[in-house]
Amino acid sequence: MNEEKLRFIDEYRNKEILLKLIKKLKREIDNPIKIMEVCGTHTISISKFGIRRLLKGKVDLTSGPGCPVCVTPNEDIDWIIELCRKFKDKICLTVFGDIMRVPGSNSSLFIEKAKGADIRVVYSPIEAIEIAKKRKDLKIVFFGIGFETTAPSIAISLIEAKKLKLENFYLYSAHKLIPPALDALLSLGEIKLNGFILPGHVSTIIGSNPYKPILKKYGLAGVIAGFEPLDIIQALLILNELIKNKNYDVKIQYSRSVKPEGNEKAKKIMNNVFKECNSIWRGLGEIPNSGLELREEYNDMNAKLHFDNINVSPKENPACKCGEVLRGIIYPFECPLFAKACTPNSPIGPCMVSSEGACAAWYTYEDWKKYKKMMKNE
Amino acid sequence: MNNIENIIRLAHGGGGKLTLQLIKEIFLPAFKNSILEKLEDSARINFNGKNIAFTIDAYTVNPIFFPGGDIGKLAITGTINDLAMQGGIIDPFISAAFIIEEGFEIENLEKIVKSMKEECLKNNVKIVAGDTKVVEKGLADKIYIITAGISFIPEKVDLGVHRIKEGDAIIVSGTIGDHGAAILSTRYDFKLSNSLISDCASLKDLVKSLLENDLEIHCLRDPTRGGLGTILNEIALKTNFGIIIDESKIPIKNDVRALCEILGIDPLYLACEGRIVCFSSWKKRNDVLSIIKENPLGENAMLIGRVTSKFSNKVIMKTTLGVKRIVSMFLGENLPRIC
Repeated sequence: MNEEKLRFIDEYRNKEILLKLIKKLKREIDNPIKIMEVCGTHTISISKFGIRRLLKGKVDLTSGPGCPVCVTPNEDIDWIIELCRKFKDKICLTVFGDIMRVPGSNSSLFIEKAKGADIRVVYSPIEAIEIAKKRKDLKIVFFGIGFETTAPSIAISLIEAKKLKLENFYLYSAHKLIPPALDALLSLGEIKLNGFILPGHVSTIIGSNPYKPILKKYGLAGVIAGFEPLDIIQALLILNELIKNKNYDVKIQYSRSVKPEGNEKAKKIMNNVFKECNSIWRGLGEIPNSGLELREEYNDMNAKLHFDNINVSPKENPACKCGEVLRGIIYPFECPLFAKACTPNSPIGPCMVSSEGACAAWYTYEDWKKYKKMMKNE
Repeated sequence: MNNIENIIRLAHGGGGKLTLQLIKEIFLPAFKNSILEKLEDSARINFNGKNIAFTIDAYTVNPIFFPGGDIGKLAITGTINDLAMQGGIIDPFISAAFIIEEGFEIENLEKIVKSMKEECLKNNVKIVAGDTKVVEKGLADKIYIITAGISFIPEKVDLGVHRIKEGDAIIVSGTIGDHGAAILSTRYDFKLSNSLISDCASLKDLVKSLLENDLEIHCLRDPTRGGLGTILNEIALKTNFGIIIDESKIPIKNDVRALCEILGIDPLYLACEGRIVCFSSWKKRNDVLSIIKENPLGENAMLIGRVTSKFSNKVIMKTTLGVKRIVSMFLGENLPRIC
């Protein structure tokens, strides 16, 4: 077996350096701190690498609204399902794989696919364009979800579709923006935090500047972090310094990808295709200017306008606590359905479905029974 | 079944939790008998004092041609391997059925048949019966192949989950996930590197050398659908033992790891088509390892863990960072994440 290292991965998983840094971090933290991460990839890293266990008693890590599938409300999923039913054999729905298993009010895309809807998982919206070019007999609808990370590549595909004069390509935009959601979450005042691990991918696009006024307003520090264990521990070291010094600033740990101003080109492309709009978030409700809708120039590709006679009446399962999980006010295992009625095998809420969801991360990787016991004893 | 709706989804065929549920709740109750109940890769049938391995497998791989093989090669090696995991290595016979979609190019059929022929010659296996069906365009995806295999098991060889003991060594014969990664990269047309090649190969000779030497082999499995993670979970569930593995010891090619990192997929659940997971006595682990390494398919073999009474029904992995975490059962779909 060759022992060559995988660049950009293995050097950030070096056990010796990691244990040294953890020791340093634990020594430097006087009072335990509570930190929220707002990116599903961070959530998974923290659980998968056992970082929570390594920092027990010093850092309390909790997840926020950072999983794109999880924050997509039933309204959107129901709409897409209804579209598939109403226009069966006429449309082909293209989606990112993660959304397939998410239950809407009464079905999921997996179930609809099994019942005969033409639903295809794509890795990039460009694949959807390729299908549209080949299948002129079908209307190809792309279900656009995700944050600032995915929006630019979807914008490019729309520009491409326009260039190709494709008349059978549509986007249903359920895109969301992270900074307004952080503002909305903090304005609720439900959760007491010391700081944020800010998302690395989103920030690669938007930079560090958009977070600054928000965190300043609430007196919190933030560090934009990479996704490997060393990234996260280093980010926590920087965060702890900021917290100690009451310096409510936003620093970049993930400097190999993130610049303070972000990616100007990607922002421009995004801005050319999308405009801000109000958007509904699971768990947080409607947040002003927290979503992206297509600009008027792209009206003929806007699925919401083209398929305008779709009506849905979304219902939430009242026992599902995904909303509370997404706001960080309960741990996944505190939901009465967790690991009972709701498992990754037969999920009830999206946080258990998505490979980036907090419930799935806890169920898959964490010794949650131990935590549950600990909380009971406290 | 406690699914949202009682219809078959793709995940029911993924080899993970839902497949197991289907077998346990529908097939087993209907066909219940002491041979089937064992749920091994092949049935072991005692016939006039001789033991026979008997198996069947359907091949529906997409794409049908992939780096390192094609659906024809897979249909032969897959069935040879299923037989071999039960010790069925003496003169196997195979029967093959073809379900072909109307419009399929004969040239491609010839290519597939040629690679089946080559694989049969290489392994001294004969195809002795067959069937062909053609279905209307759109009712099948190009071509499906079903192969059944039958073979004698050498005297005194008894392999299976029932023989696994506390303390057994767990050895994998090579890098994991090669086949799954080759298929994924071809399907999604990722031009990452040229080294994502399926490990599709017959394990008959490797198994033969393991059984010829007195190595206290207890159980053999080929981690196909659902990968290593699923096989280990199945065994933990069936034996009531726990399994502990060491992440740093699991051989994975860097290109496979890179693809997994990009797609957000765990290589533990990627299929292999030419690897063995071998359970042997702890005492004989080094002998087993050196015998496997002598075979060209086994040069990357590693001891990855052992069977324990500590965590009943669970698979625990010591991660490279020294933390222990659960390896859960595969759900049935390898879905790329969003970002």
